[in-house]
Amino acid sequence: MSDRDRVLARINEGFATKVPYNAWLGLEAIDFGPGRAVFRLPARPDHVGDPERGVPHGGAITAAMDATAGAAVFLALETPLRIATLDLRLDYLRAAPAGCDLFFSASCIRVATQVAFTRGVAHAGDETDPFVSSVGTFMVFRGQASPLMGVGGEES
Amino acid sequence: MNVLERVRVARREGDLASLLAAVPFMSAMGMRMTPRGDEVVGELPFAPPWIGNYTIEALHGGTLGALLESTAIVQLLWARDREVLPRLVNITLQYLRTGRAVDTFARAEILKEGRRVAVVRAEAWQEDPARPVASAQMHFLLR
Repeated sequence: MSDRDRVLARINEGFATKVPYNAWLGLEAIDFGPGRAVFRLPARPDHVGDPERGVPHGGAITAAMDATAGAAVFLALETPLRIATLDLRLDYLRAAPAGCDLFFSASCIRVATQVAFTRGVAHAGDETDPFVSSVGTFMVFRGQASPLMGVGGEES
Repeated sequence: MNVLERVRVARREGDLASLLAAVPFMSAMGMRMTPRGDEVVGELPFAPPWIGNYTIEALHGGTLGALLESTAIVQLLWARDREVLPRLVNITLQYLRTGRAVDTFARAEILKEGRRVAVVRAEAWQEDPARPVASAQMHFLLR
């Protein structure tokens, strides 16, 4: 096992296996870089939102994009900090494809003191031909070391 | 019976259970949609797989997004008979508070419905509707 495979296995443990909903969806990290993550969402009957066309429900796609963008922020941080999604937008450039694995790729384009910003796409195998374009904003909790991501704004 | 036919039956009978049963993702997540007059109240009963952060026992943001989008679509279907299923053009989600490991509810308001496009805003809450955990604004194509 190469160093890269070991890091990928750790990312999978932190973001897929140990995050119950990501595990339920079957999300798997397949690539990474500094501030960059790529996940695969397998085609599964339980993900279908429109039974006539067989396309996945937008909820599964939103969740996969949230997880991928969060992982990208995490991979952009110098030390593991707790992060939380503040805002996430998905634009459907066209209909999600039916019956095939989907790929989610996100980059963290800026980590500021308290917030981080992401861009991402979802595609069916060709990253240059995405069906979703996405932007996200994440809260970065300085001083709160955490191996994992959470959701929700500041406690109030 | 296709989804739109199920919606017509559901609207006649005032019960959305058969519609939910026809949508695999919504039934796999155990979602419920309850009509209250012209409105629909969505519900995601808590289950351990919906957790996103086990150290603070918080719901995964994706589960809230799924509930908000589902409630918005069902609200559009509940409002009137339709020729085609509304198709999502975009969704903007705001996470307002940590979603805790309890049941979550949602409602959706159709802000504008034209011939081609509807704008829908949805909110999710847990114990207190005045303290939403997440909200979303969506555009749907109607034809």
